[in-house]
Formats: sequence, C-alpha cells, structure tokens
Amino acid sequence: MAIWLTADSKIIVQGMTGGEGTKHTRRMLASGAKVVGGVNARKAGTVHEGLPVFGTVAEAISSTGADVSVVFVPPAFTKDAVKEAIDAEIPLCVVITEGVPVHDTTEFWAYAVAKGNKTRIIGPNCPGIASPGASNAGIIPADITTPGRIGLVSKSGTLTYQLMYELRDIGFSTAVGIGGDPVIGTTHIDALQAFQDDPGTDAIVMIGEIGGDAEERAAAYIEQHVTKPVVAYVAGFTAPEGKTMGHAGAIVSGSAGTAQAKKEALEKVGVRVGKTPSETARLMREVMQSR
Amino acid sequence: MDLFEHQAKELFAEYGIPVPRGVVAHTAEEARAAAEQLTGKVVVKAQVKTGGRGKAGGVKVADDAEDAYQKATQILGMDIKGHTVHKVLIEEASQIAEEYYFSFLLDRANRTFLAICSASGGMDIEEVAHTAPEKVAKVPVSSLEGVDRATARRIAEAGGLPPQSLDGAAELIEKLWAVFVDEDASLVEVNPMILSADGQVKALDGKVTLDENANFRQTEHVAYVDKAAEDPLEAKAKEKHLNYVKLDGSVGIIGNGAGLVMSTLDVVAYAGEAYAGQPKPANFLDIGGGASAEVMANGLEIILSDPSVRSVFVNVFGGITACDAVANGIVSAFQLLEGRGESVTRPLVVRLDGNNAALGRQILADAGLPGVELVDTMDDAAQRAAELAAVGA
Repeated sequence: MAIWLTADSKIIVQGMTGGEGTKHTRRMLASGAKVVGGVNARKAGTVHEGLPVFGTVAEAISSTGADVSVVFVPPAFTKDAVKEAIDAEIPLCVVITEGVPVHDTTEFWAYAVAKGNKTRIIGPNCPGIASPGASNAGIIPADITTPGRIGLVSKSGTLTYQLMYELRDIGFSTAVGIGGDPVIGTTHIDALQAFQDDPGTDAIVMIGEIGGDAEERAAAYIEQHVTKPVVAYVAGFTAPEGKTMGHAGAIVSGSAGTAQAKKEALEKVGVRVGKTPSETARLMREVMQSR
Repeated sequence: MDLFEHQAKELFAEYGIPVPRGVVAHTAEEARAAAEQLTGKVVVKAQVKTGGRGKAGGVKVADDAEDAYQKATQILGMDIKGHTVHKVLIEEASQIAEEYYFSFLLDRANRTFLAICSASGGMDIEEVAHTAPEKVAKVPVSSLEGVDRATARRIAEAGGLPPQSLDGAAELIEKLWAVFVDEDASLVEVNPMILSADGQVKALDGKVTLDENANFRQTEHVAYVDKAAEDPLEAKAKEKHLNYVKLDGSVGIIGNGAGLVMSTLDVVAYAGEAYAGQPKPANFLDIGGGASAEVMANGLEIILSDPSVRSVFVNVFGGITACDAVANGIVSAFQLLEGRGESVTRPLVVRLDGNNAALGRQILADAGLPGVELVDTMDDAAQRAAELAAVGA
C-alpha cells in the first residue's frame, strides 16, 4: 500500500519534450512507473520517447485515463501549466520546477481552492513522490531503496534520498518531497494525515528545515491526530539569521522558524528528533525493530 | 531581495504614492548640499536593510543645512545591527498629525496574501501587535480577487483609521497593491503611513522585499543588487551560478542539495565542538543535482580562494547523479584547477554515499589525489574535516 501514488497510477508529463522532462521521463519509465504520455501544445500529435504527445492535459486524460501529472515546464510557464491541470481536474499534479515566483504559486493555489480542491498539488520546487516498487512521479531515484512500511515526508530532496538509502533494508511505503518554497501545495500535515490513514504505513519520518512554522503546525497536528510513531529531523541549526540557504523558504528571521524552536515543538508532542540524518535513521530503525 | 528605503520610495513614487521629497547622500558634504536644496527642516535617515534603525539613533532631525552636515557625520559609518551605514536619505521634514501602519505580505501558513493595517503606527508597532492585537487588523487578500479602492477602504476601516484619513489611505493602499503585484514583491511595508498636518496621507517610510524568482520577468530589478554590501566570494560564486553563502568558520563545505548542505553545516559544527578552536563551517555551497567536473572545479576554486578555509568537506549523496560521476568530477576538477595554475593546498575529506558509491570511492582511491581522504559516513567525515581544521592541526 501507499499514499497518493500506486502501481495503477497513470502518469503524464507536462513539459516532457524538454531536456529535464525527457531525462526524467526515461528514468520514470525505467523504474517501472506507468508513464502514458506527455503534454506540449506545440508538439501535439507527435511521439516522444515512444509516448504520445497531447495538446492539452484534458486531451491526455481522455485518451489515456491519466490520473497523475508531473510538471517540468520552465518557471515562466508553470502557473499556466498547473492551472491547466486543475481545470482538467487531474487528481494529482506534481510540480518539480524550481524558481517559480511566489505570486504565481499563490495564484495557482488560490485557483485550486476556488475550483474545489479536486487536484492535489505537490511542490513546486520538489523532487516528487515515490512509492517504491509501485510507481514514481518526479525525480526521486528509484533504485536507492526498497518497498516497505515507513512513510516519509520532507522539504528537502537529497535528505529524503539519504534517509531512504540508510533505511533501504526496512523500506518505504511512500516518500513525498513537498518542496522548500514558502508556498507549497501539499504540506507536512497533509502527508501525516494520509500516512496515518494508510494501512500500509507503520511509522513516519518527517524532515523539516528552518523557515516558516510548518513543523510547529505539524507538531500540533501530530499531538491531536497521529497515533503512529513519528521520527523527525530538522536541518539548519547553525544557519545564520537572515541568509537564504538555497531553498527560498529556508531563511531564519527573528526567533520564529529556527531549527531549535521546531525541534522543541516536535519533542513536546512525543516526536523523537535526530541530531543528524544518521541518528534519525537509527531512531527509526529502533521504532521499526520494536514492533 | 530587500530594497533600501530610498529605493522603495522611488518605486512608490513611480506608482503615484505620495512620499516626502528626498535626496540620497553618501557624504556629509552631500548631505549639506541636499538640505540646502530641500530648504528648511530636514530628516537625516540611515539607509540600512534592517529594522530598529530609529531606536539605534539612525534617524535625526536637522534644523538647517549645517545641522544636516553634523547629523550626517554622526550617522554615516554607524553600525546598526551589523549593517554599516554607507548612505543617508535627506528628506523634507513632515508635519505629522497621526501615524499608521500598513503592509502587504505573504502569509505562508495560509498560502495567501495578507494586508496588515493599524491606526497605531510608528516605531512600536511590534509592541502594539503583542500587547493589543485587536488594534492590528489582519485581512486576507486573495490573489485572484486583488485589492480595488473599495477593498482598500474596508482594510483601512478595519485598521481603525479615522474618517478623515480613509480616502487618502484607500488610494495609497490600492496603489501599494499595484506595487506588490506588478513588482513581484513578497513584502511592501509602510511604517509609518502618516496623516500630515495638511490632511494628506503619505508613505513616510518604505520597506520592500522583491522575489528573486521573478527576475526573469522583472529585468530591471538587477539594478537593485547592492554590490557594495555583497561579499566578494559570494559575488564571484554568483557569476558562476553557484549557490554559495559565506560563513565565518574554517571548514569549507561542498554538497548536493540545499537540505543536505544545511544538514552538513550542522553536523560539522557539532563535530567541531570537540576540537581546539572549535572549527565551524566556512560556507554553504550547494552544487545541485548534476555535479559535473566543471561545477566541482568552480566550487573548489571559490572555497579554496577563501583564506580562512583550513580543510574542505565534500559531502555528496549519489541520487540522480551517481557517485562514480561525482568522483570523476573531483578528479577532473583537480586537473582543471591545475590547468588554471592553482593547486589544491588544503586537505579534502570526501564522503560519497548512494548510487555507485563503491565505484566512486574506487575511482578516487586509484587517482591518488594529494590530500584527499575518503570517509564512509557523513558523521565520521564531518569529524575528520573538523579535526583537520582544528587550531594547531
């Protein structure tokens, strides 16, 4: 079992014909994911990587039955691509694109809400979602881990990979990279809720980083709603105030948003927080072995 | 990217927002000339990208041009929360009847925009928000609906502004929304927004943060980059499209992925606590997913040109880019650097994990690069890098 992405998921790629789109379409296909087509209005009717290219998301859905879209289009076109996916009411839209202006993200999020939230948006600026052994939508390397019963939600791509790799012998139900931008479509809380409800997930790893208060809000949610064990890691304890560290959301200003505040909020509700990624892996190993 | 007050006000003026007349001065002489030009009483305001400037003594009223010279002499060169004052804004003094607070900003938690308005503006707005939150109106603004004159008026009313200010405030707020949207800002703040003695609502201060992700469509925003305040190594890294932040320690850091590099900084700082001089990270450098030889060489070059670096920790997780490719990148980087007449003079601790890690380690072992050590885990590698950077090592 898994959340949001299963072996039956049919994936289309918006921006499949571009460099990144092509490279990762190949990778997704090689991992066994069911990629069924691409979208590019200017190349509609052609074939790319052995897959049909459609003019619109709606056409792609009606021809292939796709229920997941992965977006690789450049930042300038991301807003329109996501709004198109929302209009077509595709259930899941994974936005990989990095560098999307925050006004655009805020607008397509408001648009999704206005249209009744029929499309779950993951990202932008995220590695995507992978359910090992079942499917893979995005750029998470498929071969670093195995199927299992740990759920993972993370703001950071490479830290996700690190944890998936360290715990590869135990394995994962689903790993979701929600992205490090200030505004994102799927939050830690959304993923925690889905993992709590997923019979295929026994325990949850949550990876956060400095900036905002998403981890603090996740802690409050865990206290109220999550009974499965949660182990967490927060990056950025030693990051200086006022400097942006690569992720647009990862900036400390004032006391709110520090790694220490996040750690304390999580520990207060019984979440074990690792000091380093490997200690976090060790804590999760203990949790899974004690079951 | 944050703007200076004078830049924010120049931007406001372009959108028809009333601001006091002002001139930027870099020296006390320029300040005197500016005050002569403006005539009468002026305000000398430190231009720094941080708050609390008024309380730090960075804003002073001057009676005439000579006094402006004196006040500018005091303020120029002053340190305000780690920011040196390199320029002052000389502004005509305003007759203030009332002070309000207004801002548009991004509300991350609710994934929308927010207007914040209060009739209790001025230096103590944070205190007011804390002790009397009912005096500070927070009004969500949908990016689909925006802010027209009527909405702007409702926001001003919610903030408790008196009737005689509502027309002027509504006009100013509507125009500020245009700045916020058209300039791709994540914050526009006016504190204080004033009602002047002659009944006009004006922006007496201005704070604007621009979204650098929008630079592809805000091509004129590059002019706002503050070259003087930029760290020279950061500027050099930017030219090479590297995501580099200078820190004040002695262990150079290279890694792939922002989260992993942030985590590396933490692990190195923890490890450093055990060694003489408590070595800390010297920088943040994320070389991204595809660690090519050229990117690795550019990264190493930047880090090694930092004289405070005593050891370097290369921390790579092979995901999309496998570790053998990264190892080949490091080998080529050494050759590239030699070709540029530079040699790697400080020890390099390399940790490769993930896809093809064994193959990557083999490539580095076979290359026998001088000063390069391979360590298997991130924790052990951080410890070794800190040890090598320790005082007396």
